Amino acid sequence: MHYNRYASRKYLVIGMMLAICLIILMRLFYLQVIDDSYKLSAENNILRAIPLYPDRGYIYDRDGNLLVSNQPAYDLMVIPREVKPFDTLAFCQELGVNPDEFKKNLRDASKYSRFRPSVVVKELSKETYASIQEQLYRFKGFFVQQRTLREYPQISGANVVGYIGQVPRYILDKSDYYSKGDNIGISGIEKAYEESLRGKQGVKYVIRDVHNRDKGPFEGGRYDTLPQAGEDVVSTISLELQMYGELLMQNKIGSVVAIEPSSGEILAMVSSPGYDPNLLVGRRRSETFAQLQKDSLKPLFDRALLAEYPPGSTFKLLNALIGLQEGVLYPGTRFGCQGGFKYGSLRVGCHEHPSPLDLRKGIASSCNAYFCYTYKSILEKFPNAELGYENWREHISSFGLGDFLNNDLPTGRRGLVPRASFYDNIYGRGSWKAVTNISLAIGQGELLVTPIQMANMTAALANRGWYYTPHIVKSVGGDTLFNQRFKEKIHTTVDSHHYEPVIDGMQMVFEEPTGTAYWFRLPEISQCGKTGTAQNTSGEDHSAFIAFAPRDNPKIAIVVYVENAGWGSSYAAPIASLMMEKFLTDTVSRPWLEERMVNANLIDKKPKEDEE
Amino acid sequence: MRNKQRNTAIVDWPLVLLYFLFVGMGWLNIYAAVYNEEASSIIDASQKYGKQLTWIITAVVIVFILFLVDGKFFNRFAYAIYGFFIFLLVSVLLFGKEVGGARSWFEIGGFSIQPAEFAKIGVALALAKLLSSINVSLDQFKTRITGLTIVGIPAVLILLQNDTGSALVFLAFLLVLYREGMSGILLWLGTGAGVLFTLTLIFGPVYLFIALGIILGIGLYFLRGKKREIRNWVLIVFMGAGFVQSVDYVYQNVLEPHQQSRIDVLLGKKDDPHGAGYNTNQSKIAIGSGGLTGKGYLEGTQTKFDFVPEQSTDFIFCTVGEEWGFLGSFILVALFLTLFWRLIIAAERQRSAFSRIYGYSVACILFFHFAVNISMTIGLAPVIGIPLPFFSYGGSSLWGFTILLFIFIRLDAYRMETFR
Repeated sequence: MHYNRYASRKYLVIGMMLAICLIILMRLFYLQVIDDSYKLSAENNILRAIPLYPDRGYIYDRDGNLLVSNQPAYDLMVIPREVKPFDTLAFCQELGVNPDEFKKNLRDASKYSRFRPSVVVKELSKETYASIQEQLYRFKGFFVQQRTLREYPQISGANVVGYIGQVPRYILDKSDYYSKGDNIGISGIEKAYEESLRGKQGVKYVIRDVHNRDKGPFEGGRYDTLPQAGEDVVSTISLELQMYGELLMQNKIGSVVAIEPSSGEILAMVSSPGYDPNLLVGRRRSETFAQLQKDSLKPLFDRALLAEYPPGSTFKLLNALIGLQEGVLYPGTRFGCQGGFKYGSLRVGCHEHPSPLDLRKGIASSCNAYFCYTYKSILEKFPNAELGYENWREHISSFGLGDFLNNDLPTGRRGLVPRASFYDNIYGRGSWKAVTNISLAIGQGELLVTPIQMANMTAALANRGWYYTPHIVKSVGGDTLFNQRFKEKIHTTVDSHHYEPVIDGMQMVFEEPTGTAYWFRLPEISQCGKTGTAQNTSGEDHSAFIAFAPRDNPKIAIVVYVENAGWGSSYAAPIASLMMEKFLTDTVSRPWLEERMVNANLIDKKPKEDEE
Repeated sequence: MRNKQRNTAIVDWPLVLLYFLFVGMGWLNIYAAVYNEEASSIIDASQKYGKQLTWIITAVVIVFILFLVDGKFFNRFAYAIYGFFIFLLVSVLLFGKEVGGARSWFEIGGFSIQPAEFAKIGVALALAKLLSSINVSLDQFKTRITGLTIVGIPAVLILLQNDTGSALVFLAFLLVLYREGMSGILLWLGTGAGVLFTLTLIFGPVYLFIALGIILGIGLYFLRGKKREIRNWVLIVFMGAGFVQSVDYVYQNVLEPHQQSRIDVLLGKKDDPHGAGYNTNQSKIAIGSGGLTGKGYLEGTQTKFDFVPEQSTDFIFCTVGEEWGFLGSFILVALFLTLFWRLIIAAERQRSAFSRIYGYSVACILFFHFAVNISMTIGLAPVIGIPLPFFSYGGSSLWGFTILLFIFIRLDAYRMETFR
C-alpha cells in the first residue's frame, strides 16, 4: 500500500461538506418555511407583469392647432401557454372577427412566445369590449388590455405627422423597450420624434389565480413603475397654409414645400395626392393600408421629400450667382440669342424674346442661351473642364443640393449633382468640356433635386446667401432649443452682394410684362420667383416654380412642382403665388385664379386604378 | 476475463443506485420544468425531456462500455486521456461554436458537445497518476507546481472560452490536494482571501485599510518581543492590504459591468429585481413559494411561466423547490450528502493511491457543482452558470458526470486486484 499519511484529513473534508449542506438547508428552511415574502400563495398563483402604456405625446401646428391626439382602444391579448380548449366559433362571434384570421393570429402568438402576452385582436370597439368583458373568464389565457390609438382631428398633413404601426420584427429583436404588438412611429414626425412622443412604459405586477382572476398587486406594488406620458411636439407647420396647399393641389400630382427663410422652419409640406390619416387607425387599418399601397398614384409616397425631379430653369439663378461670384459675369453683361445657344453642331433652343439681354432680363425671360454662355464661362475660367466643373459643383453643393440636408425628417434623398468623375467615366478624362454637359446650365441633364432641397435653395436666395437647416419641429415638450443644429447659419459660397441683381431679375419675373409670371403679380406684395419646366422623359413636362416674398425681409420661400402640367407658369407659379398671398395677408384677392387651380384636374387625364 | 463473477460482485451498488435515483429524479423534474398539457408523448424527441431521455439511455450504454474496458487502462493512459482533453479544449477555442458569449461548444451532427464538461475527468486522472507515482509527494515543491499546473491549464483554457463558471469548478481540486498533503495554509489563505474579497466589495478598500491597520496594531501589542512572529504578522497584514487593493482594482477595471452588478446584487449593495437580480429573485420566489410540502408534481407555476430563466438547466433546482417544497429539497440535499459520504468512504478503502485520489476528485467535483448550483438558486452565491450533477438538462454534463463517476465505480470494483 502506498503511503496514506494524511488519512485523518478526510474528517475535515467530510466536515466541510456537512457544514455547507447544513448552511444550504438552513437557507432553504428560511426561504420555504419561515419567510412569507416569497410565498405568492398556496393556490398556485401566477405573477403577471402588465405593461402600462403611457399616453403618446400630442402633435400641434405652429399656431397651437391640434394635429394628432389619442383615443382609447382595447386589445384582446393572449398568453398561449394558458389557453385551454374553447369554442372558437362562439368566441369569434362574440368578438365579431373572422375565425380563420383569429386562428392564424393565435398560431402566430404561439410562435412568438408561449409565455408572453401577444395581441390576437387589435382595437376592439368599446361596445364589444363591454359585452365580452364579463364572459372572458370562460376563455382561459385571454385578457383585454387598454391602450391608446392615434386620432387626427384634421384631415391634413398625413405625410408630415406620419403614422404609427406595430413594431417590426427587426426592431423587436434589437430593442428591450418594445414588445410584440406595441406601436412605434413608422413615418413622418411620429418616426423622427418617436423617443420623445412615446414616453416611458410603466409596469404593474399583479397576482392572478388559476381562473385568471385578479388577486391584487404583487408585494403591495413595490416593484411597480408608473408610465410617463410622452412629450408634446409642436410642429413648424402652419395648418392653415398646409390645408390651403392641399386644396390647391387636389387632383394633381406633385408637391409644395414652404419654408420661413429667417428660421428654416417648414411652413407647409404638401405631397399630392395625400390620404386621410384616420384611414390608418383602427381595425380596418391593414385593409386600407394595402389599398393605399396598391394605389397607382402612390399616396403613401412623400413626394416633398422623396420625389426627385430635374430643377429646370429655376436652376439658372444659381448659375447667375456663380457667374457673378467667379467674376465671369456682371449684371450688365449681355449675350445675344438668336433662337438659342449654338456651338458647332450643338444647339440649345430658346423661345421668342428680344435680344440681346442683360442678366436681369435674361432671368425675367428665362433665356436659355444667356445661361449656356454663363455656364461655359464659369467652367472655362479654369485650365480644364474637370477643375472648372468641380469648382462649379462646390458652389452648387453649398446650396444644399446633391446631398442629404441632415434635417429632422426621417426620410429623404440625396438628389444628384454628378461629380466630375461621372463625366470622366462617360467621355474619358480630359475628353469633355463645358459644352458637353451644357444642359446643366438650364437645370436639365443629369441633375436631380427633391422639392425640400429646392425650397431650401429658395430660402438661401431669399436670405441673400445663407440658410438654416430646414426642420419640421419647433419644440419638444416645451423645449425650443432641443436641437442646436437648427440654430446654426449655413453660408453659401456666393457673397451676399451678388444676390441683389439676381433678385431684381426674380422680381421682374413677376413685374415685367415679358416676365414669365407677369400674370400672377400682386400690387401690394413684392414677389420674387422663377419658373421652371422640368423635362420629363416619360410624359408631359413637370411644371415648377420657386418664389419668395416679400422681397425685403422675406417671410416665406416656396417651391411648387406639379407633375405633367407643362410650363412652369401654367400651374406651379399661380399656386405658389396664391399660397404666398394667403400666408402673408390671410386673404385671397384673386378668387377666379384660386377657383381655376382648385378645380383643375390633372389626374383623370391618366388612367387610375382605384376609383372611390 | 478470468474473474467476471468477482467483478460484478464488488460493484458498489449503493453508488449505482444513487446514480440512477438522481438521473431519474432529474428527468422527472426536467419534464416538469417544460411540461405543458398539449405535448402528447413523454418521449417526444422535440422536447427537452425527450432529448434528455436519449442522453440518459446513451449514458447507460457508456457505463457498460466503461465496464468492458480493462481497469488498468485508466491508470496507464491517464496522461494520454488528459492530453486528449486539453487538445479538445484548444480546438474548441479555435473551431468551436459561440453560444451565449462563450466559445465552448462543438457541433457534431445535430448535437452540441461541451468539452469543458469532460476535461475534469482528464484532470482527475492525471492528478491521481501524478500523486500516486513512486517517490512523489506534495512535500516537494516541484510536485506542488506540477499538480497545480495540471489543474491550471484546462482552467485557463476554459476561462479563455469565456466560460467563467466551468473554470471555477477546478477550484474543487484544491480540496483534493489538501487531502493528499498540500499544506492547509493554502485553504486558510483561500478562506481568508474570500472573506477579504467580500468585505472589500461591501465596504470599499479605505475602511479595510483602516481595519487592517488596527489589526496590525493589536497583533504587534500581543506579539511584542517576539521578533520572528512580528515579522510574519507584518508580512501577512501587508499581503492582505495588497490583496484588498488588487480586489478593488480587479472589480473596477477587469470585471464586466454585468459581472459587477451580479456581485453587487448578491452583496445587497444594489436592489434590482428586474435587472441583474432578476434571475436570483425569480428563482428565490419559485423556491420560496414551494413552502414546506411543495405545490405537487407538475403543479408549479413559477417555473413554468418562464419567470425563472434556464429552468431546465442551471436553475432546475427551482422546480424541485417549488413542486416538492422544503421536504423534497431536504431529501435531495440529504441524498447528495449520502453520495459524497459514500464516495469518500469508497475512496478511503482503496488500496491504490491512484484510485483513492481519483475518488476524492470525483467527490470534490460533484460537491462543488452541487454546492455552487444550489447556493446560486437560493441567493447564497453569485449566478455562476454550472449544472446540478445528474439533474440539469444537457447531454455533455450528463455524460461527463456519468463517465467521471463510473470510472471510479469501475476502479473500485477492481480494488482487490490493483496494488498501486
